[in-house]
Amino acid sequence: MRDIAIISFAQTHHARAIEQENEVEMLQPVVVDAIAKAGITKDRIDFVCSGSADYLAGMAFSFVLTLDAVGPWPPISESHVDMDAAWAVYEAWVKMQMGKADIALIYGYGKSSPGNIRRALTRQLDPYTLQPLWADPVSLAAIQARSALDTGTVTTEAMAEVAARSWRSAQDNPYAQLKGDLAAADVLATEPFVDPLRRHDCAPITDGAAAVVLAAGDVARELCERPAWIRGIDHRIEPHMLGVRDLTTSASTAIAAAKAGVGDGPIDVAELHAPFSHQELILAAALGLGDDTAINPSGGALCANPVMTAGLVRMGEVAQRVIDGTADRGVAHATSGACLQQNLVCVLEGE
Amino acid sequence: MGAERVAVVGIGQTKHDTIFDGSIAGLVRTAAERALADARMTWADIDAVVIGKAPDFFEGVMMPELYLADALGAVGKPMFRVHTAGSVGGSTAIVAQDLIAAGIHKKVLTVAFEKQSESEAMWALSLPIPFQPPMHAGAGGYFAPHIRAYMHRSKAPDHVGILVAVKDRLNACKNPYAHLHEHDITFDSVKDSMMLWDPIRFSETCPSSDGACAMVLTDEAGGDAAAADGRPPAWVHGTAFRSEPTMFAGRDQVNPQGGQDCAADVYRQAGISDPRREIDVVEMYVPFSWFEPMWLENLGFCAEGEGWQLVEAGVTQMDGDLPVNCSGGVLSSNPIGASGMLRFAEAAMQVRGQAGEHQIDGARTALGHAYGGGSQFFAMWIVGAAKP
Repeated sequence: MRDIAIISFAQTHHARAIEQENEVEMLQPVVVDAIAKAGITKDRIDFVCSGSADYLAGMAFSFVLTLDAVGPWPPISESHVDMDAAWAVYEAWVKMQMGKADIALIYGYGKSSPGNIRRALTRQLDPYTLQPLWADPVSLAAIQARSALDTGTVTTEAMAEVAARSWRSAQDNPYAQLKGDLAAADVLATEPFVDPLRRHDCAPITDGAAAVVLAAGDVARELCERPAWIRGIDHRIEPHMLGVRDLTTSASTAIAAAKAGVGDGPIDVAELHAPFSHQELILAAALGLGDDTAINPSGGALCANPVMTAGLVRMGEVAQRVIDGTADRGVAHATSGACLQQNLVCVLEGE
Repeated sequence: MGAERVAVVGIGQTKHDTIFDGSIAGLVRTAAERALADARMTWADIDAVVIGKAPDFFEGVMMPELYLADALGAVGKPMFRVHTAGSVGGSTAIVAQDLIAAGIHKKVLTVAFEKQSESEAMWALSLPIPFQPPMHAGAGGYFAPHIRAYMHRSKAPDHVGILVAVKDRLNACKNPYAHLHEHDITFDSVKDSMMLWDPIRFSETCPSSDGACAMVLTDEAGGDAAAADGRPPAWVHGTAFRSEPTMFAGRDQVNPQGGQDCAADVYRQAGISDPRREIDVVEMYVPFSWFEPMWLENLGFCAEGEGWQLVEAGVTQMDGDLPVNCSGGVLSSNPIGASGMLRFAEAAMQVRGQAGEHQIDGARTALGHAYGGGSQFFAMWIVGAAKP
């Protein structure tokens, strides 16, 4: 396998609504920032890949116009996934493995504010049996949380601690949308939102964008003092129907973690794409993380959740910690679908 | 291409039609099962699934790969979703082949589909203010001025588009999977059909189809095994993508730079210096008849301004020296998300010698071409009967 690394990361100051900018205007400064931090000019990029969903913009082919944020002229080699942009990293990593690219730009964006994201995400479900129920992601996650509480996989207190810790950690993250000096008791003192979930157990609605630059081998070493090497990356999917899955575990995360080699060494830091507090606990168990791993030091998706982008942000947050030397080996995770249906795991490491 | 050689060993498609009388899952599974049967494989043999389709709005299912994981046997495996506008079927095949070329997987199932009967694509493609100026209804309204510009530049006579339409629709009669089987079509019937977006007539326009296409791709060992079993594979000789911006006055939508660059890249990989002579058969993305002469020029099969002369001289007929769209092409079947993959798959069928009545005898090298957006996204591959 060819050595591929993340060498730069940029993101927006995530917010409930970035009202004065359209998608291109929101994304373009992030792309420029990621390229600048990589110390390159645009013409050195061999491949561009992005992740987004038309359902957020409310129009077919929304990503077509957003590509203009990159200024793709002369014409570029480019692709797009209708998945979280963490999967765009995967596509670029494959291209680079083939030797077809030495430098790649990956970006993701999601503007949830113009529409009703909870209703929009109901369209992700089986169109014949589930869509007519309008089961939204918060309600489905509540079913999952109840199942995990009933089996003793998680406790209400542990969920509250995840939420409070995320808010406290986000105080050090200038890009986070929500943050505060919160204790688990403060969370437990609030009323349930969608029982058993409280507001703090649920990710906020967010507008935001992020970008990373990948580089291969000596090109990465030339451009970055301490590249964040991708030592393993894998993704897996589970059945769609919740009734045929054990919602209290994440089988697909466990497979992806084994394939990516998460257990091959100590993990200093983990950024887990868990839009609900109980999901962080389920994911940490599936990844086999122990007390020596700092989980979601950025505050995670509970403090900023730009849809189609929050997984890429997890990769960027881990990579940034490797690049700046505060972590040696970390794991980044991204999820897609209701109740953690699909999961991607990436191990990043300094040299 | 990459370090590992890639072979197409299984191809399946549905009978493209106005309505596929089944679910979306049933549609994609039908094509996938046919590809697996063609490859003599079962679901368990597949390492990963790569799926593509055009906008999710067309069926009203957001990120349908989630719902289709079960139907495509992807549970516990990697499932990847590609979306690159109209070129998506081609891009999806390329992403799938990359997984093998990079040495990550050995057997990959790739599927593309559209179920246009679930919605009204023309209006889904008519973007409201502020996204686009309110000047068009559907893709035809967008592309008609490009065709008009081509006719003006090249001095092409009015009837060239009609010739393409008659050819493709008659070719489709030889393809049992084609949506339209218009045995009675004539030059005059096309000429007399309703003008939709001047100069595009009704019979020069692609239909709205339900359909899916699937391919099984393997590494070199898989290709060798298929060949040894008397089932010749199609070998991938080159793949390329190119994209252009939307809002850029400097681009030429009649003869786009992205298409030229993409073709040059894929020819270079395949070692082709004279595409007109070295490519035996072409499946190109022609949703409106006039795009055949336009793409003949864009793809370097002739000099700029001469594409229509090739059409008029019969060069692109099945008995011409550069047959184009023997399957009937997009003009005869347009399940949008699958249309690009159908071009790639039909190219592979030709070099495998499995195209039946629309087979070109002795086809050794074929080009599959797809485009999308406002003539700004391109995906191409070259496949051959021989190993690269």
